[in-house]
Amino acid sequence: MHADPKGVLTGVHFIDGDHACCEGLLAAGARFSSGYPITPSTEVVERFAQRIPTVGGVFIQMEDELAASITLQGAVWAGAKAFTVTSGPGFSLMMEHIGLAAMTETPCVFVDVQRGGPSTGLPTLPAQADMMQARWGSHGDYGMIALCPNSPQECFDLAITAFNLAEEFRTPVMLMLDECIGHMTEKVVIPEAEKIEVTPRRWTSEPPETFQLFKPKADMVPDMVKAGDGYSIHVTGLTHDERGYPNMTVDVQDRSVRRLVNKLTPLANERAIFETADLDDAEVVVVSYGITSRVAQRALKLAREQGIKAGKFRLISAWPFPTERLRALAGRVKAMVVPEINLGQMVLEVERAAAGKCKVIPVSHAGGTVHNPEVILKAIVEAAR
Amino acid sequence: MSDTLLEVLPEIPEDAHNPVEPFLRMDRMPHIWCPGCGIGTTVNCFARALQSSQVDLKKTVIVSGIGCTGRVAGYANLDSFHTTHGRAIPFATGMKLANPELNVVVYSGDGDLFAIGGNHFIHAARRNMDIKVVCVNNMIYAMTGGQTAPTTPGTSVTSTAPYGVYEPTFNLPALAEAAGASYVARWTTFHVKQVAKSMEEMMKKKGFCFIEIISPCPTLYQRRNKMGDALDAMKYYKEASKVRNGAPTSETTLSKTGEIVVGKFVDRDRPDYLEVLKAQMVSVLGDRYTEPENSCCEC
Amino acid sequence: MAKGFVVISAERCKGCGFCVEFCPTKVLALASAFNSKGYHPPHVVNSDKCSGCDLCGMYCPDFAIFGARNAR
Repeated sequence: MHADPKGVLTGVHFIDGDHACCEGLLAAGARFSSGYPITPSTEVVERFAQRIPTVGGVFIQMEDELAASITLQGAVWAGAKAFTVTSGPGFSLMMEHIGLAAMTETPCVFVDVQRGGPSTGLPTLPAQADMMQARWGSHGDYGMIALCPNSPQECFDLAITAFNLAEEFRTPVMLMLDECIGHMTEKVVIPEAEKIEVTPRRWTSEPPETFQLFKPKADMVPDMVKAGDGYSIHVTGLTHDERGYPNMTVDVQDRSVRRLVNKLTPLANERAIFETADLDDAEVVVVSYGITSRVAQRALKLAREQGIKAGKFRLISAWPFPTERLRALAGRVKAMVVPEINLGQMVLEVERAAAGKCKVIPVSHAGGTVHNPEVILKAIVEAAR
Repeated sequence: MSDTLLEVLPEIPEDAHNPVEPFLRMDRMPHIWCPGCGIGTTVNCFARALQSSQVDLKKTVIVSGIGCTGRVAGYANLDSFHTTHGRAIPFATGMKLANPELNVVVYSGDGDLFAIGGNHFIHAARRNMDIKVVCVNNMIYAMTGGQTAPTTPGTSVTSTAPYGVYEPTFNLPALAEAAGASYVARWTTFHVKQVAKSMEEMMKKKGFCFIEIISPCPTLYQRRNKMGDALDAMKYYKEASKVRNGAPTSETTLSKTGEIVVGKFVDRDRPDYLEVLKAQMVSVLGDRYTEPENSCCEC
Repeated sequence: MAKGFVVISAERCKGCGFCVEFCPTKVLALASAFNSKGYHPPHVVNSDKCSGCDLCGMYCPDFAIFGARNAR
């Protein structure tokens, strides 16, 4: 299905990542957002509030992030494509409702423009320290999709991907910007609506008599209806059976929770989204994402100039983690260098994937700015020895 | 044995059925509520109000939070949503805004709506969001074993106030009125006809509506406070209630054993959220304002 | 004959006694027998006084009883 042209601002723009993200969400068909202001994410909803009355939709500024993160889910069950946007402290407050969206299989998008933490931390300065929170922040077991753009153009592109995956897998999707990407202004090309693929909701064709809201199809994902369709659906955060009725038995818990995790398996393997370069002869691979991947680009160039066979693996879909891809790579390189603006998060996944087949070297940074490329270069040089 | 109990009187028509059954998920009965719990009585009244108000049931949704009353959504034969603790109102807000054709009812308890969810309640009332909020006030956190709620009256004993509650309570009608609600009423589970009538009025009224229903919790409130069983609570409601329609909500504070002022306190008209939104957008944007399409995912 | 009648689903009853207490014409009493859950459900003791007002139905927290008027 093509994008609805009403939401698509076709043309060449010079805008920052937050604004580009908003345009991507609009192009994907988002017509509802409930937000709460927080630096450095606010520009996304500011632009949405400005744009939506002429596109046709609703923006509401809620009383807190707890409200913002569930109001959008009410809108989804009423039929809308909906999202919210936040940063660190707000992301923490939204965790319970990310779990609700996972449990009730509510397709929606959460944008987190990461800043330094913990707590109020560095409101205006970058970090990438919410990556584990994005995956594990809500209680219990569930699968998660998280995408990491590294440019305003990708903020636009991946906002559409985020909604498409949310609809396909009936799941919340995290779009993980960082302050640098959110506030970086670059050229953004927005194509014509008919060149943008948009995944429609999985509306059922079954009648109310036989339809079950949580009965999985062959791809492990159930189809949907919305309130007002005459299906008398029941949606609960309690462990529930295929009809949606509470059923707190060990059997139902086992099969529902396993499915919430396993339905995302294709994205961990064959459909993982990543970018590579110079891997054919690489002895050292820099695994990075977001703004850090652009800093690492400089380090990789300097390393090649010194004759070090260094290659790039950029995570775009950070969750589910592309374990198999990195494991295969780990078998034929000396080391993986993992720079990130946190004290070691995705590097733990890289270590797990490498499973001892190569060295894994973290290049940590507590946040507030980006790495100096020389620091990453130094790690590459040492890894190559 | 049940055969000996069923009084099958000769004149009972074979097609006689309980009038509330079409409004409930009878396949989920019996419900989880304790013997004498008043929540079922309020649901009974709600089912009758759905019938008498003649709302389109296909366009009527019910949203609950967490707790004993939070389970109401699961028993109503409507599109029903059992959300998170305290957040039924923002969820309902999203539903109403994304599809204004829906009649959106929030049905939850006093702890859910006024402790953890208190902020959402006052903001939805301030916005005059067109949602209907029913609060079953059993004056305690019952699902979790009888802890103090912001409605537990002074000196009552709870599991977290073993020496008696000393915090002041919220006066819910006053809170609702001050925050901007269009319709505010309070009854007890003794006042079944009035509850059903208020619910019918609420379903027909535009804007933020609030009904508080005082209800027995024989297991965790009455028992721990040596106040007898549910029937004793009902007799107390009958004796202590004073119907004062239009009473100033400054006079509706509850106490442990005192008078219960009941009635319809507020019934006023002011533009609801969506009306104000549209008026503002049209005044600023004129023809450029584009009305939201419902269910945009079908586009 | 009575103006109305009540229908009792004894197995759904949890024995709160609301219907017995608040029946305006005192048609009901709690039975001495138990249902399978161990509660004493109501039974009809004054069928001829039933007006079919359904107040019992409105009070019942368990949807276990209702009243209706006879057609005639």
